[in-house]
Amino acid sequence: MRKRFLTSLALAITFFALHAKAQDQVQTGIREGVTLIRLAAANFKPMGGNAAAFKATFDAVLANDLQNAGIFDMVSKSLQPSGTPGAPSEMNVSQWSAEPANAAFVAFGAIGLQGGRVVVNGWLFDTHNIQYPQVIGKQYTDVPNENAVRQIAHKFADEIIVRLGGGIAGIAETKIYYVAKHGANKEIWVMDYDGANQHALTSLGSVSISPRVSPDNSRVAFSSLGREGFQIRMFSLLLNRMVAFPTISGTNLSPAWSSQGQLAFSSSRTGDPEIWVSDMNGAGMRRVTSFRGPDVSPTWNPKTGSQIAWISGRTGLPQLYIMDADGAAVQRMTDGGYATSPSWSPNGQFLTFAWDRKYGPGAPGGQDIYIMEVASKRWIQLTHDTGRCDFPSWSPDGRHIVYAVQGRGRSEIWTMLADGTQRHKLADNGDMPNWSWK
Amino acid sequence: MMSRKLRHLNLLMCGTIFAIGLSGCHKKTAIAPPPMTDTSAMEGPLPTATLSADPLAIDLGQSVVLNWRTTNATNVTIDGIGPVAANGTQNVTPSTSTNFHLIATNAAGKTAEANVRVTVRVPTAPMAPTGTSADMGSDADFHANVQDVFFDYDSYDLTGNAPTTIAHAAAYLASHPAIRIVIGGYCDERGSAEYNLALGENRANAAKNGLVQAGVSPNRIRVISYGKEKQFCTEQTEACYQQNRRAQFNLDR
Repeated sequence: MRKRFLTSLALAITFFALHAKAQDQVQTGIREGVTLIRLAAANFKPMGGNAAAFKATFDAVLANDLQNAGIFDMVSKSLQPSGTPGAPSEMNVSQWSAEPANAAFVAFGAIGLQGGRVVVNGWLFDTHNIQYPQVIGKQYTDVPNENAVRQIAHKFADEIIVRLGGGIAGIAETKIYYVAKHGANKEIWVMDYDGANQHALTSLGSVSISPRVSPDNSRVAFSSLGREGFQIRMFSLLLNRMVAFPTISGTNLSPAWSSQGQLAFSSSRTGDPEIWVSDMNGAGMRRVTSFRGPDVSPTWNPKTGSQIAWISGRTGLPQLYIMDADGAAVQRMTDGGYATSPSWSPNGQFLTFAWDRKYGPGAPGGQDIYIMEVASKRWIQLTHDTGRCDFPSWSPDGRHIVYAVQGRGRSEIWTMLADGTQRHKLADNGDMPNWSWK
Repeated sequence: MMSRKLRHLNLLMCGTIFAIGLSGCHKKTAIAPPPMTDTSAMEGPLPTATLSADPLAIDLGQSVVLNWRTTNATNVTIDGIGPVAANGTQNVTPSTSTNFHLIATNAAGKTAEANVRVTVRVPTAPMAPTGTSADMGSDADFHANVQDVFFDYDSYDLTGNAPTTIAHAAAYLASHPAIRIVIGGYCDERGSAEYNLALGENRANAAKNGLVQAGVSPNRIRVISYGKEKQFCTEQTEACYQQNRRAQFNLDR
C-alpha cells in the first residue's frame, strides 16, 4: 500500500513538474524548475499632508500582496539600497540590480494627501533596461481612509502581477465569502483576500452555510435553515439585501455557480438528495442525477461550464465524481476513503477536495486537502497533520487555495499556494470559504 | 432527551403559574367588601383565617403540607377534611388539583374564609383509540410511543430495533389520526457538513418511508435534515456519536 502510494506520488510529482513548465506560471502543485522573478518593493516616499499612517499601511499591504502572489522572489527590505525614490527622477536602477538587492524589477513611488484626498503615484521599473526602465506608471486617488489605501495597494499590486505573471490577473482585489459562527447562529461574512475588512453580510439569526458568490460579484447564493428545513437563499451584493429565490420542498443545499450564471445544487424534493440545475432565479429546474443515496456539493468546471464535479454516497462512503452538466458521462474519481467539498480549478484541469483516505470508526485517518488532475486522476496531498481540513476553494488565478481547518469546536480559515506552501491564517472564526471569481 | 424533559417541565410550570394566577383572580373578585356595621362590638371580635400549602404544585402521589392559622374562632372546618383545630398543619395527598377551603366561625356565627389551590400534575394516560380525536395529545405521551431511531455509521438503513420502533410508532399514529409529525435527521460530528445534511435527509426519509409503508399517510409527515448543525451530544466518543446518528420525531404543531 505504502509502496503504491509512493509510486503514485512520484508519478504525480513528475507529471506536475513537467506540466508546470509547459503551463506558463500556473501553479500546479510543484514549483521545481520554475524561476521566480526577483522583485523589490521599495517603501513609498511621503509627499504632502500627514500621510504617515496611510504610508505604513500602503507599504505593508503592497509588500504582502506581492509576496502572496506566489510568482516573486521578494527582496528583503533590509537588503534594499538606502534612500526612498519617490519619482522616476530619484530612481537609480543600477543600485537595485546590484548585489545585495539583485532585483530584476523594482516597484516604488510616493503617497500623500492632496486636497483632502489620498494620492498615490506608483511605478514599476525593469532594472536591466537602463534606457527605458519604466514598465508601469500609475496614479491612484481616493478618499483618505485606511480601507481606501488598502484597495489602492491591492490595485497597484494586481497591475504588477498581471504584467509580470504571464497575463493572469492578480487576486489582491478579490474577496472571500465564508461562514462565521456566533453562538448557535451561523451568518454569511465576507473579507478581503488577505483577511482584512471582515464583516457580516447576513443577519438572519439562523444557520446559514455554503456561501457561493456569482461570477459577476452581484449575488451570493447560500443555504439557510428555516421552518421547512434548509433552503437556497440569495443575497444581492448590489442591493445589499436578500432577494427572492423559490422555496422548494425537501432539503436544499450547496449551491454552485457556473461561469454562465447557472446554479447547480442538491435538492431532496423527490425524497432523495440529487443534483439539480436551474437559472440564477431558480427557474427551469431540472434534475441531473438519479441514484439512491446522498448527492451533494456540486462544482462546475469554470473553464467550460459544461461539466460538474460532485460528491455522491451511492456506493457507501462519499466519493468524488464528475459528469457532463446534463448528467451523462459519469466518472468516479476517488478510489476510496471519505471525499468531500470539491472545487474546480479556473483552468479546468484540476480538482481540489478534502479527503480522508483512512476513514472509519477507530481509523487513524486525518482529513486533508488534495488536488487531482482531472484527465489522469493523479493526485497529490497538500496539507499534512495540520488539523481537520475541509472546503478548499480555488482562487481565480489558480495559484491559491483557501480552506477551513477545524478542531476543538472551532473553525479557522487558512490560505496557501496550490502546492501547499506559504500557508497562513486569514480568519480565527470562519468556515466554508468561497473565493470570488474576480 | 434532556432538552425535551426540560421543555416538558417548562410547559407544566407555565400551566401551573397560569392556574395559580387564575385562582388568585377568582379569589379577588369573590371577596365581598367588609361589612360597615358596628355590630361587631356587641358580638365579639370577628374571626380571621389564613391557609397555606407547601408546595403549591406536586406530582401525582406526592403529599403537600397544609398550614392554617385562625383567631377568635370557635369552630374551624376545611372542606374535605372536616373539623380541625384552630391552628394546625396536616399532610394531604390529593389525587387531582384541589381547592382547599377553610371556614372559621366564631360564637356569634360570623365566619372568615381562606382558600389555597394545590395543583397536581397528572401524567396523561394513553388515550383509547377513538379515531375522531382532534387532539394531538401530550408531548410526553407522544415521545413514550414514538421513539427516536438510531443509525449505523454513515448509513441510513433501518436496522437493529429500528423496524420495531417504527412499527410501534405507526400503531400509535394510526390510533391518533390528528397527529402530524416532523422528523429531524441528524448526524454525528465527523465528516463534512454538506454531506452530513444530505445523509441526515436520507435518514429522516428512511424513517418516513418506514411509517408510510406501515400505513401512515405521507401528508402527516414533514422531514427536516439538521445534519451535524444541531448536535445533541458533543463528546468525541462512539456512544455520543451513536446518539447523534438518529431520526427524531416531534409533534408538528
